[in-house]
Amino acid sequence: MLKQIEGSHAVAECVAKCRPNVISAYPITPQTHIVEELASIVGRGDLDAEYVNVESEFSAASVVLGASAAGARAYSATTSQGLLLMSEVVYCIAGMRLPIVFTIANRAISAPLSIWNDQQDSMALRDAGWIQLHAEDNQEATDLHIQAFKIAEETHLPVMVCMDGFILTHAFEPVDVPDQKEVDNFLPPFRPTNIVDPRWPRGIGLFADPRFYMETRYILHRAMEKSEETIKKVSQDFAKAFGRDSGGFIKTYKLKDADVVVISMGSIVGTIKDLIDQLEEEGKKVGLLQICSYRPFPRREIYNTLKDKMNIVVVEKSISLGRGGILASDVRWSFPRAEKKDRNISSFIAGLGGRNITKNDLRYMVEKVEKEPVELEFLGLKKELISEKDL
Amino acid sequence: MIEIRIHGRGGQGNVAAAELLSIAAFKDGKFSQAFPSFGAERVGAPVMAFVRIDDKKIRTREDVQNPDYLIVQDSNLIGSVPVLDGLKPNGLILVNSEKKPEELQLKTTAKVETIPATEIALEIIGRPIPNAIMIGAFCTITGLISLDAVQEAIMGKFPGRVGENNVAALERAREIMQKR
Repeated sequence: MLKQIEGSHAVAECVAKCRPNVISAYPITPQTHIVEELASIVGRGDLDAEYVNVESEFSAASVVLGASAAGARAYSATTSQGLLLMSEVVYCIAGMRLPIVFTIANRAISAPLSIWNDQQDSMALRDAGWIQLHAEDNQEATDLHIQAFKIAEETHLPVMVCMDGFILTHAFEPVDVPDQKEVDNFLPPFRPTNIVDPRWPRGIGLFADPRFYMETRYILHRAMEKSEETIKKVSQDFAKAFGRDSGGFIKTYKLKDADVVVISMGSIVGTIKDLIDQLEEEGKKVGLLQICSYRPFPRREIYNTLKDKMNIVVVEKSISLGRGGILASDVRWSFPRAEKKDRNISSFIAGLGGRNITKNDLRYMVEKVEKEPVELEFLGLKKELISEKDL
Repeated sequence: MIEIRIHGRGGQGNVAAAELLSIAAFKDGKFSQAFPSFGAERVGAPVMAFVRIDDKKIRTREDVQNPDYLIVQDSNLIGSVPVLDGLKPNGLILVNSEKKPEELQLKTTAKVETIPATEIALEIIGRPIPNAIMIGAFCTITGLISLDAVQEAIMGKFPGRVGENNVAALERAREIMQKR
């Protein structure tokens, strides 16, 4: 039913309808409203699940790992420092091929402490062997959770559904939260295949000496690459069942005749689309390529879609310190080296620690790359706050 | 697209006011978006919340920088916080104050309106939470959102006595603004 609802509550209601057997989480801003709402849904008896209160995110991740290994559909949500505290377990979950779903309410990383949005947290765990899906708005954030359980259970890979903290989690907007029957029809009960059971003693994720370890990484990498098909198929099936497009690998907007192509992911693409419409009225042709699945990375899709586009700009809310834009690196690597000579791929870092990203900032970015390529620039940086001795 | 910015202090129900306006606009059949300005909210600290209303899907995620309307729940913020920043010259600012609009001496060409919302809140609700009165006055002046929809939104969020008191406060705000 379509209703005006806070993003966190829409996600919590939808997660509950995915019927997880075990939920464990530690509250942390801006994820809090999601897990509070889930706790009350379980508390009032509307969802038959174990909600396990824990003393830290490390324990939350460990609880869902154990639950999933025992055959439960398991869910957690976190952000920022919480995700970093989980990081050891996050790698283990992927290595054990457990189909757990996390919501990441994307937030900046300390120090200095910031409770505000950027995407450094999920980026820090991008190499862990988890599928990472990024939501554009709260409808997509909601829908992606239904898809995430299905993708996870079909591929035996864990999935993070990433939604921008505050910007989406705390925004009220219209969301169609599917009803129970619709979700049940799309998402069958979890049929675990790889479980620990005292009746048949075995271990998972145990010891692998140098004769075996590398093969486990190779297999996991191949599984991540192969999950592309499942992510696309589940998104297509979802569109058929629910009548709207959510998720998938990439999405494009007004790309066909675009002279400049902006690449980004998460909630900022809404602002970019509004800017593209404005620029179109002024006679400028700008298009958007939106990354929905950041891991696995849509390298071939990007290349096939943009092989005739010579002016590309990547704007992202994260940075590899000492290297530059992370998404920009991934995009640059998507084009064969020999072709790179006359193709410009500019890189902008924006919105770190919740810095407001305005249409004017993005307009400046587009107009700048129309003139010249940009190796790396921080959008909206206040130079007056930085002195010589800081550098 | 209509853009509204709400200024107040933590504890005055600023985020709730934005939420209620957006739910009411939705009930009126419009698209709307409401979000707080993401502070580490605590009682007494300056807080902002934003509302957008449109006839089509709202995509932008920027903070509201050039509001058509300002709702100021604590008049003491004027002067300490750049409340008037970006307000459209032909816009409207509604201030919670016992003073007459001209007594506030605001440097703006926008229309200024006042209502003693805290006083009314203390009388009707028994707590100094002015938000229902402010949104009641706002909807009465602007006609942007129906008061029936706001009432429904309030009762949906605060069923029972709290909601009823707030609806009574909303009614009082409507009577006061209609007399002007």
